[in-house]
Amino acid sequence: MAGDAPNYNKHISQQFNAELEDVRQRVLTMGGLVEQQVADAVAALLKADASAGEQVMENDHRVNALEVQIDEECSRILARRQPTASDLRLVVAVIKTITDLERIGDEAERIGRMATELSAMEPPRVASSEVENLGRHVREMLRNGLDAFARMDAEAALAVAQEDARVDREYEALMRLCMTFMIEDATSIRRVLDIMWSVRSLERIGDHARNIAEYVIYFVHGKDVRHISLEQMQKEVEDAVANRR
Amino acid sequence: MTEQSPLTHGIDVAALRARPAVPRVDDEDIAIRVRDLNLHYGDKHALHAVHMQIPRKKVTAFIGPSGCGKSTLLRCFNRMNDLVDICRTEGEILLDGKNIFDRDVDVASLRRRVGMVFQKPNPFPKSIYENVAYGLRLGGMNKRRVLDETVEWALRGAALWDEVSDRLHDNALGLSGGQQQRLVIARAIAIQPEVLLLDEPCSALDPISTLKVEELISNLKKDYTIVMVTHNMQQAARVSDYTAFMYMGDLIEFDNTDRLFTNPARKQTEDYITGRYG
Repeated sequence: MAGDAPNYNKHISQQFNAELEDVRQRVLTMGGLVEQQVADAVAALLKADASAGEQVMENDHRVNALEVQIDEECSRILARRQPTASDLRLVVAVIKTITDLERIGDEAERIGRMATELSAMEPPRVASSEVENLGRHVREMLRNGLDAFARMDAEAALAVAQEDARVDREYEALMRLCMTFMIEDATSIRRVLDIMWSVRSLERIGDHARNIAEYVIYFVHGKDVRHISLEQMQKEVEDAVANRR
Repeated sequence: MTEQSPLTHGIDVAALRARPAVPRVDDEDIAIRVRDLNLHYGDKHALHAVHMQIPRKKVTAFIGPSGCGKSTLLRCFNRMNDLVDICRTEGEILLDGKNIFDRDVDVASLRRRVGMVFQKPNPFPKSIYENVAYGLRLGGMNKRRVLDETVEWALRGAALWDEVSDRLHDNALGLSGGQQQRLVIARAIAIQPEVLLLDEPCSALDPISTLKVEELISNLKKDYTIVMVTHNMQQAARVSDYTAFMYMGDLIEFDNTDRLFTNPARKQTEDYITGRYG
């Protein structure tokens, strides 16, 4: 029933319990790895540390490998178990979640590349504290989204989706700041552009975290809340909670 | 989740117990209305105030664990339970507005309108042709040409014609299980019933025969209202438009098959279809 706490261990088939729990654990492992990649990438960017940036780029293959593994596991469950209801929604949510996690991994890799490029350029760095704040903000979104996934908490997921609007505003402010730098000092354009690409990546990470939050709401309540306004999304979640039987 | 608006037209909802969600269907698209149906086998209360509306020219599947009352309910629709001495029913089943339990209802003609196919194929020990023509002959039809045409039409309708057209006068017991089951379906549709009741029609068949019968069911719904009982949940998910979940004599949930299998409203339904112990 939609809205109930997850109960993977209640299947008559113990093996099926184990398979679903395993795939869920792997998503959390992948999420943890991706979160670390984002943190390392932002740190490398702020310090313009080439070797740290390269390390992030190198580690991306681990994220990709996990995506492939989890995808295979999900295909196997679909073929062998023909899951229904919440089990089906879990598998669908997992398949979609890992796609977004993999993309977040790609964005981290991109930021890592910017860090190596910046290391070859002259200081001063621009807008460091603002970039740091944005980085912290999207990581928090990602962590909360993964937490919501782990606890199957639709209300927490809703909060993550709502946070995305604030990240977008921070991103726009940061873009304006970058443009000001470029207008004031034409020699900084190269550096500032790299920062802008990185900031763009961070904003995209926020979007992916929002997507993950939407899959959590789908899993918990059976409601597809993609492509609707935050107000509608909030109403859907509130209705679902109110109608919990 | 939002509650589906129940179909309440003409029904005193307050007088009935809390009802499961029912699919939204227009009034004229309802073939069978079941109102407050209670059934007892001796002391055993087998159906508890069942209330539901079966949509016309759709496939409705009943699922639930053994002994939940799904076959019992199906057998009410053509009064097969009359054959059980200790069986007692209360309530109404309206077929096109007429209560089938009324005194003036002729059971034989009811069963012509509501045909039935059982779990185990039960062809008569006669030729393929005679099996299909049987109901027509019973109805007094003896014209060779009409019989020939109807037999071909029914066998084609049951997707069996191509396999048996060159041996219509062979004994039907020589057919495979899957062919026998389609023959029995041909026999049922030969007299052009309005409703076709299928009681676990594929449980004795291999996977390929099962798929053929399922394909046939999908084709037959163009012309007939089909109600089926199945133990195979994937089968219900594959072929039915609406699914009713029953448990211990209660109709727990009745909804569009898509919804019921992706986001059921009731925890009991969820536990059953996902294979959890409730």
